[in-house]
Amino acid sequence: MSASSIAKAVIDGILTGGVYALMAAGLTLIFGVMDIINIAQGALIVLGAYMSYVLSVHLGIDLFAGLLITIPAFFALGVFIEWAFMRRLHDQDRTAMSILVTYAVAIIIEGILSVIFGVDYLQLNASYVNDTFHIFGFYLPYIYVFGFLLAIALIGVLYYILYRTHFGRGVRGALQNRSAAELIGVNVNRVRALSVGIGVSVTAAGGMVFGATNSFTPSSGYDLISRLLSIVVLAGLGSIGGALIAAIFMVTLEDVVAVVWSPVWATLVYYVSLIVVLSFMPNGLFGKAAVRAQ
Amino acid sequence: MTRSSRRGWMLSAAAVAAIAALIAGCGGSSSGTSSASSSPSSSASATSSSASKSPVTIGTSLSLSGDFAADGQAFEKGYQLWANDINAAGGLMGHPVKLDIISDASSPAQVVTNYQKLISSDHDQLVFGPFSTLLTVPSSKVVNRYGYAFVEGAGGAPAAFGNGLKNIFDVSLPVIDNLIPFAHWLATLPASERPATAAVATSDDPFTQPQFPAAIKILQNAGIKIVYNKVFPAEVTDYTPIATAVASTKAEAFLLGSVDVPTVSAFIHTFIQQHYNPKAFIATAGPDQGAAFLKAIGGASNAEGVMVPNGWFPGYPNAASQKMVSEYVAKYGGTPSDVNADVAEAYSVGQIVAQAVNATHSLDNSKIIAYLHSGVTLSSVQGPVKFDSLGENGSAAAFAFQWQKGVLNQVLPVGATGSKPVVYPKPNWGS
Repeated sequence: MSASSIAKAVIDGILTGGVYALMAAGLTLIFGVMDIINIAQGALIVLGAYMSYVLSVHLGIDLFAGLLITIPAFFALGVFIEWAFMRRLHDQDRTAMSILVTYAVAIIIEGILSVIFGVDYLQLNASYVNDTFHIFGFYLPYIYVFGFLLAIALIGVLYYILYRTHFGRGVRGALQNRSAAELIGVNVNRVRALSVGIGVSVTAAGGMVFGATNSFTPSSGYDLISRLLSIVVLAGLGSIGGALIAAIFMVTLEDVVAVVWSPVWATLVYYVSLIVVLSFMPNGLFGKAAVRAQ
Repeated sequence: MTRSSRRGWMLSAAAVAAIAALIAGCGGSSSGTSSASSSPSSSASATSSSASKSPVTIGTSLSLSGDFAADGQAFEKGYQLWANDINAAGGLMGHPVKLDIISDASSPAQVVTNYQKLISSDHDQLVFGPFSTLLTVPSSKVVNRYGYAFVEGAGGAPAAFGNGLKNIFDVSLPVIDNLIPFAHWLATLPASERPATAAVATSDDPFTQPQFPAAIKILQNAGIKIVYNKVFPAEVTDYTPIATAVASTKAEAFLLGSVDVPTVSAFIHTFIQQHYNPKAFIATAGPDQGAAFLKAIGGASNAEGVMVPNGWFPGYPNAASQKMVSEYVAKYGGTPSDVNADVAEAYSVGQIVAQAVNATHSLDNSKIIAYLHSGVTLSSVQGPVKFDSLGENGSAAAFAFQWQKGVLNQVLPVGATGSKPVVYPKPNWGS
């Protein structure tokens, strides 16, 4: 096994990890501010891929330019989902019930997509999906590089909003003590709706990059959700920056094991490492308590 | 929980349930139980005697959602086409056929529950098989417990015949023979044209893995060096390192053990990105999915020269097959190239069961099982069917097909009826 093969696996892992981080960011954000496990995250990613497909194939809009339409649309969708489904959940059983409710949302989304698009596989295409550039002896696909940069940018924006703005402080205050936040004038329902809107809007970008790097059908989201949840757990529930690191760790580890040892063992090695990390750090790499205090 | 919040939650939950049920009902493909029977037009054309008799209900579990949804829905179309045709011809022993189709969501656990329901609760007189070896293996055991004949079209891997069951019959090509024509063709190429090296990567799946040992042996005996041979799990986070590792070997032939379009698509996209173009490329499944395959890989120009093994293709020179393809296009639209092998495999199941019922003049499953084991040669849209002691179709012929200018053509065996010249070496991607 050559050093260049391992180096290529590491590069692939970092770039693909960025794509997974983009997909997981909304999941961890919504959990971080609302204690809601959004099982519909996979379905929302697939919905984002289909929206990009429609804009690209039927309206001729570039995949990245299309985000100017899909991100606001997903923000509105997130606000609607919060209002229609999540707001009704009582604080005491919010997390457990959220799994059932968001699973229903996933089924609804899958059903609608199946009716409209059928179940045949699709993939987003653009010139940069297959184009590469040559650097240090490696061919790097533009789509993965662009996806990684997009992930860094959007996760940076999310981090800034949540941890460096007045709105972000309101979000975290509402989470820690709803009554106290309301007493000082924070509109908790509004803050939560906006938070879910932001989380879902980021998912639109994740969906586009996912659709450009993978074939998908309306049910593809179910394959994603377990991996996204494992990323969020490894990162520490609610940690947005941690999701990026955890995603890169997961995919890089799997890619290197696949090249050095065997693809069969790649997933197992990752999950063993997840168990080891959680054994010593039960709150994940960047645990929830620390995250909320940032 | 306050009364108002509880009321709000209950209303919300009820709304979710109602919408989900509505969507499932509209789609007919997401979940739950759906029943299907022959179309009104075909029923109307059935003989008056069949219309007056009670229907024969045939149950089947299909993957109408989940990983195998595309294949499952193609199977549903194949079963429906057969049901329409048999009803138009007067039904089974004069009884109209009614299909009882329920979705297993591609789940090996759900498929077992479904067949228990079809037999013990719905009291269907006959059952047809599901899609894939993965679902056929667990379901065959429960069907056997009830003594039902289990004729299926997509469970041809050795795992389906390893339980000593006498009720299972696969009408399609045994998958263990799938890659033999391709391997023989490569091995018999003139030495100057024959690939010096080959790479093999296969999904950890009962359908794909059994296809490779015999093919690899043929290649090695011909002096072709296997420079990469690895198995990857069914669910892969990132195909890039595996495909990149294959590309780095610069193998002149590549054999991919795939079960679906996404796997082939991921390898092709990575090969394009890594500027790797093998002289010969065959994938065990995916390229046979017609338009869905072309859409996923970025068009026909990327498919040129890609091969797939199978026992049937839309241009198969068989009168019944051509009639079925015409009916498919008339009913579902598209072109003959859009009709994938799943449709023919499902249609064949119906044909074989109908011939057994007519020959035994009975819906008695024990008589049907005995008849199918009698060594009789039957006919299907995929060609002759003759079951061996295990229930495999020993008469099925193995072919290989190749995408050529947007059409999937039969190319192997060389010189066989209907075979066109192989495009070799494979043109560069996008050309």
